[in-house]
Amino acid sequence: MQAIGLNAYLIVAAVLFCLGVINCLSRKNAIGILIGIELILNAANLNLIAFNYFSTTAFAGQIFAIFVIILAACEAAIALAIIITLFMNFGAVNTDMANRMKG
Amino acid sequence: MPNSDFIMQHIGQISAFALITMTVLGSALISTFSRNIVHSAYALFFTLLGMAGYYFLLGADFIGIIQVIVYVGGILVLLLFGVLLTSRSLDQIQEPQHSASLGVVVGVSVLLLAGLVFAIVSNPWIRIAAPAIPQETTQSIGRLLLTDYLLAFEFSSVTLLAALIGAAYLVRRREQ
Repeated sequence: MQAIGLNAYLIVAAVLFCLGVINCLSRKNAIGILIGIELILNAANLNLIAFNYFSTTAFAGQIFAIFVIILAACEAAIALAIIITLFMNFGAVNTDMANRMKG
Repeated sequence: MPNSDFIMQHIGQISAFALITMTVLGSALISTFSRNIVHSAYALFFTLLGMAGYYFLLGADFIGIIQVIVYVGGILVLLLFGVLLTSRSLDQIQEPQHSASLGVVVGVSVLLLAGLVFAIVSNPWIRIAAPAIPQETTQSIGRLLLTDYLLAFEFSSVTLLAALIGAAYLVRRREQ
């Protein structure tokens, strides 16, 4: 018998996900958007590991979480490269400035 | 309804959960609503550490360690490097203000949260079995990664290599 049920973890993950969405949508700084994406990925990982713990599916959830972490590392490296390129071209990382392809 | 005996038996687990939740949600709030991008990145540090605490609480000790090494030691440092490399002055770190639609965004997110919480609470999650006591997480995960999940594992390593080469290519010094 567990003192903390599955619902508690899922609700914490939902709150984290919504904070990440706010972060992604409201920031102008590209790195702020990246921070929001990290929050969202962490919320997903918490869900995976909580479901893994409260079921008998051996380690499927934990292995999924490992792949999420790997992809998060890839994504952070690529995003930082794009942000630095953006900075070299525009002199700032404000996403509003990168509107050259706007019709 | 849990009686007081039950609560006393699990006081350690409950207080650990409460402490981690306060850390995670508090720092995530700071990270979301702080105007200063450096403060956001530092608040993310505590969020990521708290997530590792959750993983330990859920018996996923290997993932907890990986979380600390990769997220806190790698991605967060990369983010801070990014912040400090791309700011010429202090007022570039300080975001002038959130975009004007912050109220709309928060409203939509609160609606989303309400929907998610309703879906979570109203769903009678059927427990497949009592939570198994995990043993030898590292050994089991290592064996699974090299047997059942070998293809995904190799694909992810190739993806990581391609991402790193791509990142190095993107920020190369361009010849004039």
